[in-house]
Amino acid sequence: MGVLVGKNSKVIVQGFTGGEGTFHATQMIEYGTNVVGGVTPGKGGTTHLDRPVFNTVQDAVEKAGADTSIIFVPAAFAADAIMEAADAGIKVIICITEGIPVKDMIATKEYIKGKACRLIGPNCPGVITAGEAKVGIMPGFVFKKGRIGIVSKSGTLTYEAADQVAKAGLGVSTAIGIGGDPIIGTPTRDAVELLMNDPDTDAIVMIGEIGGSYEADAARWIKANGNKKPVVGFIAGQTAPKGRTMGHAGAIVGGHDDTAQAKMDIMRECGIHVVDSPAAIGKTMAAVLKGVNV
Amino acid sequence: MNIHEYQGKGILKSFGVAIQEGIVAETPEQAVEAAKEMKAKYNSDWVVIKAQIHAGGRGKGGGVKLAKNLDEVRQRATDIIGMHLITPQTSAEGKLVSKVLVAQDVYYPGASPTKEFYMSILLNRSTGRNIIMYSTEGGMDIEQVAEATPHLIWKEEIDPKVGLRDFQCRKVAFNLGLSGNAFKEMTKFVASLYKAYDSIDSSMFEINPVLKTSDDKIIAVDAKVTIDDNALYRHKDIEAMRDETEENPVDVEARKAELNYVKLDGNVGCMVNGAGLAMATMDIIKLSGGEPANFLDVGGTANAERVEKAFHIILGDKNVKAILVNIFGGIVRCDRVAQGIIDAYKNMGNITVPIIVRLQGTNAEAAKKLIDDSGLKVYSAIQLQEAADLVAKLIANK
Repeated sequence: MGVLVGKNSKVIVQGFTGGEGTFHATQMIEYGTNVVGGVTPGKGGTTHLDRPVFNTVQDAVEKAGADTSIIFVPAAFAADAIMEAADAGIKVIICITEGIPVKDMIATKEYIKGKACRLIGPNCPGVITAGEAKVGIMPGFVFKKGRIGIVSKSGTLTYEAADQVAKAGLGVSTAIGIGGDPIIGTPTRDAVELLMNDPDTDAIVMIGEIGGSYEADAARWIKANGNKKPVVGFIAGQTAPKGRTMGHAGAIVGGHDDTAQAKMDIMRECGIHVVDSPAAIGKTMAAVLKGVNV
Repeated sequence: MNIHEYQGKGILKSFGVAIQEGIVAETPEQAVEAAKEMKAKYNSDWVVIKAQIHAGGRGKGGGVKLAKNLDEVRQRATDIIGMHLITPQTSAEGKLVSKVLVAQDVYYPGASPTKEFYMSILLNRSTGRNIIMYSTEGGMDIEQVAEATPHLIWKEEIDPKVGLRDFQCRKVAFNLGLSGNAFKEMTKFVASLYKAYDSIDSSMFEINPVLKTSDDKIIAVDAKVTIDDNALYRHKDIEAMRDETEENPVDVEARKAELNYVKLDGNVGCMVNGAGLAMATMDIIKLSGGEPANFLDVGGTANAERVEKAFHIILGDKNVKAILVNIFGGIVRCDRVAQGIIDAYKNMGNITVPIIVRLQGTNAEAAKKLIDDSGLKVYSAIQLQEAADLVAKLIANK
């Protein structure tokens, strides 16, 4: 089953006929994702990759029953695409687009508040429920089916974690790439909560990075809710200098609370198995599940 | 993107924010002419000569000086233009000053005492909304104020549905202890400042100090303005203000090659795809006994050209004693990346530092074989731990 996306998801691609949209839609279809069509304004009524193209998200919802959308629209138009999906009643909106101005995301976050949708991203690799649906740009084969949930701000670091989990003889239920921007739809805490409540997830890998307070918020929530499932945590950027943005717009150390060390301390205090080395994620998870105190 | 004080003030003024006026000069002669012009406009011999560099704390390094007559203007400008200004926010070498702002003396005596405040506007990431942060303790380092007297810092959050409201501007002015004309001036100041921030897609305004003059005007004496890089496409006029001489030449080269690069002080360079994995790779270098020499995200397309550019930038740093390449090939195939590395290596010819290449993901085995068979001085690995062990070994051998 997993969370957010699964075999029952009816997925549309916004920016379907563009280069990125075409490439990744093809990959998603090959993985077995139920892609029911796509949206490119002005190309409605045509077909692409043997699937219908719609002018609006609303058409895709009404005619193809879409409930999930993945967005590959260029940054200047991506905020508008998110709002269109929310307005049309899409339940899970996954925005891959990188480089959306913060001002646009402030307005978007306000617009979708109170609507019955969940936004993942932007600037994220997407969501995959292993063996069921890949709604993202990750390499599907790395995610062996299993019972470990992954929450991460970073793309390739998510693949790294999934690979280590597989090498440790385990597998992935759902991996959620929440994105590395200053404003994202689903912070770490919310993604962890989904996996805590998922009957197909036994344990969680939580990967964060410097900047902001999402990991600390999630850690406190995990503790307050009784540490129901074991969590292995890693924070990237222990060696990052203060005041310099490290690739992700959100990855910048401002004050004392958003350094890697501060976050790791809070996570440890909240009962999370924190690893110092990113190479130790998989084996630590295996040890934790065997009851070894790490 | 950062801009200079004089550019930031120009933007502020265009939105009706009162500023400390000034004229930019690139030579002592221009500074003297500017001072004459200032005298004609504001009827005062006194001006402040302010170094224009992208770093705070200029006063502490001797980059801000009062001049009381034209001889002093010439002397101060001669001292400051061409100096390497070292402040708490620059590197140890400091920054070369090529321009000064000949600015109005705004601390003139009058009916009431002058008072300095602090004001900044920035994103509150936990709520996804902008806040105005302000304090009665102006002219000081705000982090020190936050440590010593946190109760003297206030925050006003802006609801994106309705924008900044009048009552919020009044609250700011009341909390800063103002009354009469200064109170009215402050409410106008806050409203226009936020309008400027919002209109130009700024990601930070820091006005320190905001000055209440002896005749109850409220003006921005300094202006630190940062623009959201992602929004520059809709502000061509501001993008044109970019001063590449303020940036490290290597940073400019990296930006033009679309590489995300940050230079650090260590001895092991790295080249990685993805920002999170890049930071994690820096961490593993440290855990293996080295110090990361840089952050470098090559992005999604690690082809030969980009790899070569990246090598070039990393090797330009003479402290680099080894390079760790860490690529997790998802959509990009590892064998193509491996070929790119081999081609770049051969093209560059004279690479003397050892290179560790860790390629994992799509076609990782084929990639390792390509590297191993290339005959180059390159160590290959598939698991992250193997790569870490290789770094440790090479560092220990130094």
